[in-house]
Amino acid sequence: MSKLERLSPVVRGLPPSGIRRFFDLASQMKDVISLGVGEPDFVTPWRVREAAVYALERGFTSYTSNYGLPALREAIAEYLEGFDLHYDPAHEILVTLGGSESIDLALRTLVCPGDEVLIPEPTYVSYRPCAILAGATPVAVPTTVEDEFRLAPDRLRAAITPRTKALVLCYPNNPTGAILTEEDVQAIARIVMEHDLFVVSDEIYAELTYGRRHVSIAAVPGMKERTIVINGMSKAFAMTGWRIGYCAAPRDLIEEMVKIHQYTIMCAPSMGQVAAVEALRHGQADKDRMVEKYDQRRRLIVKGLNDIGLRCHEPRGAFYAFPDIRSTGLSSEEFAERLLAYGVAVVPGNVFGAAGEGFVRCSYATSAEQIERALERMARFVQAVRPV
Amino acid sequence: MSSDSHRPQAGSQQAGPHPAGSHHLEAHHEAAGDPSRRECAHDQRLRLSVLQLLHENSRRSPETIADMLGVPHEVVARLIRQLEEEKVILRYSAVINWDKVDANRVTAVIDVRVTPQREFGFDAIAERIYRFPEVRSVSLVSGTYDLQVVVEGRNLKQVAQFVSEKLSTIEHVTATTTHFLLKTYKADGVIFDDQEGDQRLVVTP
Ligand SMILES: Cc1ncc(COP(=O)(O)O)c(C=O)c1O
Repeated sequence: MSKLERLSPVVRGLPPSGIRRFFDLASQMKDVISLGVGEPDFVTPWRVREAAVYALERGFTSYTSNYGLPALREAIAEYLEGFDLHYDPAHEILVTLGGSESIDLALRTLVCPGDEVLIPEPTYVSYRPCAILAGATPVAVPTTVEDEFRLAPDRLRAAITPRTKALVLCYPNNPTGAILTEEDVQAIARIVMEHDLFVVSDEIYAELTYGRRHVSIAAVPGMKERTIVINGMSKAFAMTGWRIGYCAAPRDLIEEMVKIHQYTIMCAPSMGQVAAVEALRHGQADKDRMVEKYDQRRRLIVKGLNDIGLRCHEPRGAFYAFPDIRSTGLSSEEFAERLLAYGVAVVPGNVFGAAGEGFVRCSYATSAEQIERALERMARFVQAVRPV
Repeated sequence: MSSDSHRPQAGSQQAGPHPAGSHHLEAHHEAAGDPSRRECAHDQRLRLSVLQLLHENSRRSPETIADMLGVPHEVVARLIRQLEEEKVILRYSAVINWDKVDANRVTAVIDVRVTPQREFGFDAIAERIYRFPEVRSVSLVSGTYDLQVVVEGRNLKQVAQFVSEKLSTIEHVTATTTHFLLKTYKADGVIFDDQEGDQRLVVTP
């Protein structure tokens, strides 16, 4: 038996991230304008960084409670009230290494081997592998551009089997920018309750919506008990590198999740937690300023993409435009690869699931000037490849 | 041109189908009750947004600004013309780090104390000062001094000469304190030697 053959078949069976391959390609190119980045272009607001520096100076360097700093959990609980979510900071909130760890904890806690986990696609790349690692079978539920990539209730219903255990929701959505309306959420909640499913609701982009407020499914009566809400500091407060996220759920679920967290992680970084308190307590104005900028760039890129003939629905959340590139006759990967030669990096939509084929993800977490320059290059590219 | 000549456009914008992403402006005027007040608030927000975007980068075209704000191109073009006519926008200029091109150039901030004149207050004295071309800015300030004057010169001597021969000899000027600027770190919201580049990887999930 070779060394590799002796390793875990589950891990070996995981496909490598589609983003990785594309990252390697893009990294070799010079003078690329990247619309491929899934994180804010803003540096963490200075007041937040300054608070962390101060904490370090005072020697704030030890472990915290497994659940996270009490002050942070209180700040989180208060913050979640703004989304009509009510959680007890002492027992119903767990601070994790980014939202990423919460995704892993949630799936590992909820599923048993053989369970099916419904994942509306296109979506963020972590849910499927985390479900597989937890021993579950991920089941893609396609969403379509006709529905602006919102999860359609009848598609959800059609995907449910007796083995379905949980539904993953990622709204506002990476990569499509879709958000759910109040009615969508109500309809989905009804089906979920009817079939006694759990929901893992990744609301990491909840602050980044344009014109409409984010609606959390956990706020629907009867849903809190079966929902794990995931959120974090990364996107709203431009704090990706700090690795601070959290989940909120009923006490019995948190108590199970915290066991994994306690044995594998101990606690989230203490300086980061202090910084997060500052961001939640005093970072509103900084956040609003960033959201206003994203909104301006969003309009610019959506208009620009439509003008060059790449049909683009209006993304109402996150910081991604997800234009339809089928008119070029290219696949998502061909499009993204060949566009690199014109000096623009975008991410092929199929990386986010089969339903993303025919689309590419363009992040507008970059300056308006860069977006305009990228659009000029893309216009030249589309001109050159468009079938006559 | 009447001061509200762009209003019909902004108004019909509200009534008609919204272009992608005009909610931001919409969401705000839902707050106020009566329609004309709402429209006013909308206009005011639009003016401020346009000015903000120009202040960040005055080379942005009216078309880009309009696209960023989700309003028709003509509305922004007209609004900018109007802001120029009203002298809200006085000039378009660049933020320059002069230290990098001209090591001798000096800037001094001068605190000036004056005895205000009957009838004219401080204005007449301020005018006598700001007419000098080497004066970059003059402001009336609260505190120990009355006017804050910023003077620029080709070298130290030139500025010193200006202060001793021109400024302190003006009638009603009773005292001056001159501070030469040694290094500019940030001006007009721009950090001059910003070490914070974009550290992000080119592609991330
Ligand atoms: C939808 C979604 N969830 C979670 C994450 C992970 O974020 P973090 O672990 O930094 O909180 C990301 C990051 O790109 C994301 O897009």
